[in-house]
Amino acid sequence: MGIFKKRSVSDLGEKKKDMPEGLWVKCPSCNESLFQEALAKNLRVCTNCGYHFTISSAERIESIVDTGSFVEMDADLDSVDALGFKGYLDKVKAYQKKTGLMEAVVTGRATIESCPALLAIMDFRFLGASMGSVVGEKITRAIEAATAERKAVIVFSASGGARMHEGILSLMQMAKTSGALARHAAAQLPYISVLTHPTTGGVTASFATLGDIIIAEPKCMIGFAGPRVVKETTHADLPPGFQTAEFMLQHGLVDQIVERKDMRSTLGALLKYMTPCGRTQAA
Amino acid sequence: MKQVLEFEKPIVKLQEELEELRRKHAQKPTEKLATQVAGMEGRLADLQKEVYTNLIPWQRVQISRHISRPFMLDYIRLCCEDFVELHGDRHIGDDNAMPAGFATWGGRRVVVVGHQKGRDTKENLLRNFGSAHPEGYRKALRLMRLAEKFQLPIVTLIDTPGAFPGIGAEERNIAEAIAFNLKEMMLLKTPIVAVVIGEGGSGGALGIGIADRVLMMENAYYSVISPEGCAAILWKHREHAPEAAQALKLSAQDLTGLGIVDGIVPEPLGGAHHDHETAAASLKAAVSQALADLENLPVDKLLDQRYEKFRGMGKMA
Repeated sequence: MGIFKKRSVSDLGEKKKDMPEGLWVKCPSCNESLFQEALAKNLRVCTNCGYHFTISSAERIESIVDTGSFVEMDADLDSVDALGFKGYLDKVKAYQKKTGLMEAVVTGRATIESCPALLAIMDFRFLGASMGSVVGEKITRAIEAATAERKAVIVFSASGGARMHEGILSLMQMAKTSGALARHAAAQLPYISVLTHPTTGGVTASFATLGDIIIAEPKCMIGFAGPRVVKETTHADLPPGFQTAEFMLQHGLVDQIVERKDMRSTLGALLKYMTPCGRTQAA
Repeated sequence: MKQVLEFEKPIVKLQEELEELRRKHAQKPTEKLATQVAGMEGRLADLQKEVYTNLIPWQRVQISRHISRPFMLDYIRLCCEDFVELHGDRHIGDDNAMPAGFATWGGRRVVVVGHQKGRDTKENLLRNFGSAHPEGYRKALRLMRLAEKFQLPIVTLIDTPGAFPGIGAEERNIAEAIAFNLKEMMLLKTPIVAVVIGEGGSGGALGIGIADRVLMMENAYYSVISPEGCAAILWKHREHAPEAAQALKLSAQDLTGLGIVDGIVPEPLGGAHHDHETAAASLKAAVSQALADLENLPVDKLLDQRYEKFRGMGKMA
């Protein structure tokens, strides 16, 4: 497959194939049958072709932080139906039951290669990791804690965009998170944004694109408008690889594409340049 | 061409009948005709009041998109003096969907930026239907930074269906252009007043919407997604836009209740498109008042209040 081979959001229909009851799973990219346990051990990256499967927030955290260092914050924040939007809370409850998560982002403190950081990890399995009040609030609190404690922030994004069931309140989470990042940046603290499949809409148009450093996972889809909307609006053929990580790198919009197995060491290396933790180690 | 909205049709019909009656009366005045004219005038006033004071959100959305509604540059012409338009983002190009420049607003020197729509095909080609590209957002920030430098307050006039979802816009990072404005506007050391004058379409609206005072024209809407887009996703069909408009709580009144909007700018009966001058006078006064309220705040306090305003948005348990 070409380097611009693109994943569509519908790939996420893979979810069923992705995390089945069975022992084997088929790679949606190369069709290889993979042993579940081997796939999990390989950070849910296809051992044959390197395809990055969707990963849970828990697996993500385990794959990047120093063992046992993660301490979750604000785990109990729950969504409310502020607009009286029919069926919204039932939906939230169904996803809570299905995923075992309270909401679409997990935040907390950890160290990565001994450097402390505040983390926010979005989990696409929860309502497409759409951003409502709770997602915005948890990310904002993590950023504010980082500012107060003079620490780095690392956000792993994956999102279908703003959560329309919360209407304008969702839109305003873009302002809230970006505002917190403005203060964090003014305090000269580092922010690393990691884009994973897929990062779109209001999340792309707020914290996800504001990193001092922006990293993307291979072949993930990143965009503001959905590709179908772009196609329908412009009546034009989309360029090859449009809205992929590789396309973003080519257009100068991300710093690096980093494979999952190298994420921890990459983050560690960056933090050592951007925070005092590298200096104290050298001393 | 006059655009008549569906719910306005009975009013227009009555207006036409009244015109006819008046014409007859003018040709050959009789007491009977005079009484009929007076009666019909009364009925028309009652009908207008009945229709226009019970507008549902979807009807307001339609008014906010009315082709005869005053657009940004109409308001500039009617509210400002000495507008000096400035162009370009200094990198890629100029964006005619987002005019910006210096202006004098009720005696105050300001920087004004906003979205501009077109009324016909030619204008809409120029203005891209009010959907700005990254260059528009970057030009807006460039001029807002000039405002900060020269200690001029900023007025933004929001009227967009959304930022442009095109190939070039994505290639030049429309998402980042919006995000960067959200971040930078939060720290600009000068008062900002934002007014949604028509359509407040999602991120494209918010991209010039971080402000110390957020006002809305009475018939404007402000929403995370268009009613049609929401209907297409949740009801699987755009025809359900009226229900979606209701559910999204996108009207000025609903948004005031949710603490998103600080004030509603009254429009003439039936909407701003019926009387540009009255609408503009109303906008001019509301913005002037907001600027007056903000101009003496110490900058630290101004920025703290701006941060806390957006920080407090959201509801959870």
